[in-house]
Amino acid sequence: GVKDGSWTVLQVVEALGSCLENTDPRTRGRGIQLLSQVLHQCYSLLQEKEVLHLVLFYENRLQDHHLVIPSVLQGLRALSMCEVLSPGLAVSVLKAIFQEVHVQSLLQLDRHTVYSIITNFMGSREEELKGLGADFTFGFIQVMDGEKDPRNLLVAFQIVRDLIAKNYALGPFVEELFEVTSCYFPIDFTPPPNDPHGIQREDLILSLRAVLASTPQFAEFLLPLLIEKMDSDLQSAKLDSLQTLTACCAIYGQKELQEFLPSLWSSLRREVFQTASEKVEAECLAALHALSACLSCSVLSSDTEDLLDSFLSSILQDCRHHLCEPDMKLVWPSAKLLQAAAGASLRAYHHVTCSVLPLLLEQYTKHPQSSQRRTILEMLLGFLELQQKWGHVEEDESTLLSLRAPVCSVVFSALTDPSVHLQLVGIRALTVLGSLQGFLSPSDLELVVDHLIRLSLHEEDSQSSEAAMEAAGSLAPIYPKVFTGRMVPRLEEELQSEREEESSRDHCSLRQRCLQALAAVSTHTSIVRETVPVLLQHLRKVQKGSEAGSAQDMVSVCQSLHRVALQCQRDTEGYWYYHQTVVPCLLAMAVQAAMQESTHPLLGKALLEEEVLAAMVPVISAATTHLSPELAAQSVSHVVPLFLDGEVSFLPQNSFPCSFQPFEDGECLEAQRRLVALLMAFVCSLPRNVAVPQQERLLRELLALSCSCNCPFTATTAAKCFAGLVNKHTAGQQLDEILQLAVNRMEPGLAEGPRRMQALTLLLWVTKALVLRYHPLSSHLTDKLLGLLGDAELGPAAADGFSLLMAESPDVLHKGCHADVRIMFRQRFFTDNVPKLVQGFHGAGPDVKANYLKGLSHVLNHLPKPVLVTELPTLLSLLLEALSCSDRVVQLSTLSCLQPLLLEAPQIMSLHVDTLVTKFLSLTSSPTMAVRIAALRCAHALTSLPTTVLLPYKARVIRALAKPLDDKKRLVRKEAVAARGEWFLLGSPGR
Amino acid sequence: GPGGGAPLENANPLIYRRSGERPVTAREEDDELPDSIDDREIFDILPGGSVPLRSAFLNRAHLIRSINDPEHPLTLEELNVVEQVRVKVNDAESTVAVEFTPTIPHCSMATLIGLSIKVKLIRSLPERFKLDVHITPGTHASEHAVNKQLADKERVAAALENSHLLEVVNQCLSARS
Repeated sequence: GVKDGSWTVLQVVEALGSCLENTDPRTRGRGIQLLSQVLHQCYSLLQEKEVLHLVLFYENRLQDHHLVIPSVLQGLRALSMCEVLSPGLAVSVLKAIFQEVHVQSLLQLDRHTVYSIITNFMGSREEELKGLGADFTFGFIQVMDGEKDPRNLLVAFQIVRDLIAKNYALGPFVEELFEVTSCYFPIDFTPPPNDPHGIQREDLILSLRAVLASTPQFAEFLLPLLIEKMDSDLQSAKLDSLQTLTACCAIYGQKELQEFLPSLWSSLRREVFQTASEKVEAECLAALHALSACLSCSVLSSDTEDLLDSFLSSILQDCRHHLCEPDMKLVWPSAKLLQAAAGASLRAYHHVTCSVLPLLLEQYTKHPQSSQRRTILEMLLGFLELQQKWGHVEEDESTLLSLRAPVCSVVFSALTDPSVHLQLVGIRALTVLGSLQGFLSPSDLELVVDHLIRLSLHEEDSQSSEAAMEAAGSLAPIYPKVFTGRMVPRLEEELQSEREEESSRDHCSLRQRCLQALAAVSTHTSIVRETVPVLLQHLRKVQKGSEAGSAQDMVSVCQSLHRVALQCQRDTEGYWYYHQTVVPCLLAMAVQAAMQESTHPLLGKALLEEEVLAAMVPVISAATTHLSPELAAQSVSHVVPLFLDGEVSFLPQNSFPCSFQPFEDGECLEAQRRLVALLMAFVCSLPRNVAVPQQERLLRELLALSCSCNCPFTATTAAKCFAGLVNKHTAGQQLDEILQLAVNRMEPGLAEGPRRMQALTLLLWVTKALVLRYHPLSSHLTDKLLGLLGDAELGPAAADGFSLLMAESPDVLHKGCHADVRIMFRQRFFTDNVPKLVQGFHGAGPDVKANYLKGLSHVLNHLPKPVLVTELPTLLSLLLEALSCSDRVVQLSTLSCLQPLLLEAPQIMSLHVDTLVTKFLSLTSSPTMAVRIAALRCAHALTSLPTTVLLPYKARVIRALAKPLDDKKRLVRKEAVAARGEWFLLGSPGR
Repeated sequence: GPGGGAPLENANPLIYRRSGERPVTAREEDDELPDSIDDREIFDILPGGSVPLRSAFLNRAHLIRSINDPEHPLTLEELNVVEQVRVKVNDAESTVAVEFTPTIPHCSMATLIGLSIKVKLIRSLPERFKLDVHITPGTHASEHAVNKQLADKERVAAALENSHLLEVVNQCLSARS
């Protein structure tokens, strides 16, 4: 009634009158409870005067019987939310609470009410409360003293934070306020199981840390506490102390830290030296970094001494000598401590490095062993990497610059060391030195490049050689001139040289290295302009030559070209240059070769091998995917007419003996037709918004080619190209027509005739194109595919086709080439088709049952693991049956489905333990290595089932696993050792 | 010396680098070609070869007192207790010999380390192999006595019936840490 205005609150009070004044405290309590509940409903409607009366009434009631108090507090909480509270009332309510109520003897909920009242007043009456001065702080300290409930603590901690953040007077009570909060540190709280309040230990830790690290006034009390707790036996206490220290450093200054620096340092050092926990070590290093940063940034008055130097000196004193013992355990902890301190500021860096760098350089010379030198150089590298943080080297203050000569000589000596590990560290150091602008002199740089060339080409170890190429790639954009002037010509020279004296095998691997290095160093437009012609020139040379293995050489060139394309995709200018240079050149060479093929079948044959064409596909694709729509349109207007109309004018060297007509009929055009692979690479990589000229005609030609061609390579490529275009084709009548046409050509082809396989390939690719984009026709095509599983001739290929549908295809129909791919297509395919597969399996004859299992395996194998684990139990009986299938693809994929299930759904799997043990053990003697490995992994995964379920099988499994211990393949033995070892441990002590 | 805390017995021991995972070769992936059992394969089987040891074991061994975090113990390899050069296998003759080097000449855990190595090999190798596990000559005070125990089949079998010993050995052999 009060809400809608028909009653006033005073009328309620009057009506309750007898009840509120009843002598029985229980009755009084109920009266007040009712009134408080009313107030909670309507506090916002109250008049100022009403509030005044109610507050006075409630304050008065605080002295009442303890049974009444909870309801009184409820009422006060409602009133504390009133906006019309007269000035002075908030203070008077709080004073009354502080005076009359012993908060910690109340129940949790009532204590929470008190905190709410305080929070409400602090939110709305800040000025009035501050008028109370330090009395308010003191009152609150008494209220929260002894609080135990985590829910209340979170509120209380928030109040303390506000007290400090909003500058309430703490007066003489700083230490008391610290005591009343710090007594909870470090937080030791484990939420009860099924806790409905959801308070985590981490919530309390962070909330308390925010209080403790909120003011420098706590420093003198907090720092000794942190130092003490760092020595705790509990790792969590250590971590909490360290993290709190780090948090404090953000607001402390030198003044707060001064007195405690020696103890802080010795605690941190002790922990880092002794701990085996990476976490503790990382937190210690973070805290040291924070301390060093804090000292570096403190604003000092003119008469105070700067403590950073003395602090760093003590660190150096304790750590420096350990750096001289590269074989001992403390060498790395010491280096990490020094690096943490040095990394905090430029000043700290200079202080530490001017002592440490000369020492490390000296130690490097003193220790002749490669392994020791490696440790020393790795430490040196750590310090060099810190310098990178500050960018360029400042001439006047850098110790590093003054040490240029010895640093370079140490790094260069590492590069010529026989130990590959040392070389690798040397190469990393070289990369860092090169990235410090202005550090390397021009003559150093030439030496650097020479070393990189030597390591790239002539170092026997491939790891070193690859690292050197990577280093060249990352330094090249910084010094493009040095690399174009020095490295590229050297590589070109090596590539062209024909050395008789060397064995052809060495020569071959040197050429490989040259090709790789040319690609690796192409990380800058100006370098790409130099290396691409060299690579293309080499490709022409290989094509002209008649050496055996030239196909492999061409593939290598293509791999290098591909890498260059990937590296310049972000560089618009370089990328367009690349596209304009490489794509026409490859097309021209291929067209040339195809024409020679029809006239002189022996010349230039290597270029047309499937392997080489397949290697060109990623080159053209990578050179196309990142084109802007305008440039792509320009390019497509040349390439499509080339294939449809033999329009060769845009190709370099375009005088050919006959015309290029890959879509025409004719025996002698077989070679030309293979080049559809290159068309596919280009046209299927175009951005979706680029229109393909004469698209409908192109689609019809591709369709015809895919159905009529006898060469599987060409037919498949045409089908893929068709599918790639269809996937991106805008929906509508045109698309429906072309799809209808495809279905009409496919269906008779599938039914009978010599080209059933081609028709199936087309069906698979078109289905994939449509499944990816959720096209309505896809279910019709999938059903057709499901039907073919029962076909004696095409069944196995159709089953393998499910893998094609689900897997990411490398050249077309993936996100990278702008295909329309819905993210959940696999799950959707699973939901739509797995029931049909299962049904088909049950209805199928014995000779084709395996096809269904295989199809199912492929679908399951490509499903994301979390989805698999939730969906699999329904298919479990089928999978167990599939284990008995003799097809090794089915076995393998079933085993790989079951393995995660064993780990993640052990309860369900336990029901089938008998079958599982028997099948797994029998598959460990499969003739296929991969099946044996998978079966042993499953046998291993079985051990995550409940021990009691497994124990009856222990002896049998251990006996059976003795046989694969003597398998002829090492990889199988390794799995057998792991699985058998784990079975031995089952149910035995100490597991 | 380090401030605070008790002084450590051996706070700065010599350490050695781990040799890292054995890379898989193309030959190993070929279904047809057999791979013979070689030294490295045996070394990888050894407890603490490439698998980090449970630190409980190291604690019991009092090798380094400061190590108490089960997540990052030093391995027997890092302490050079086992080294690949001290592993000899002859696949054709079915023999395996492993020498191990206790960290200090009076290491009280030498028998236990040897036992762990022996048990691990028994469990992991085909039965045809004859195993010989012994201390690197000249590195332990009671070398002879320990070697004798390790060579004694009955004693090894009996030791594995002792559930306390078995627990320590199993802990040492458990890869889960």
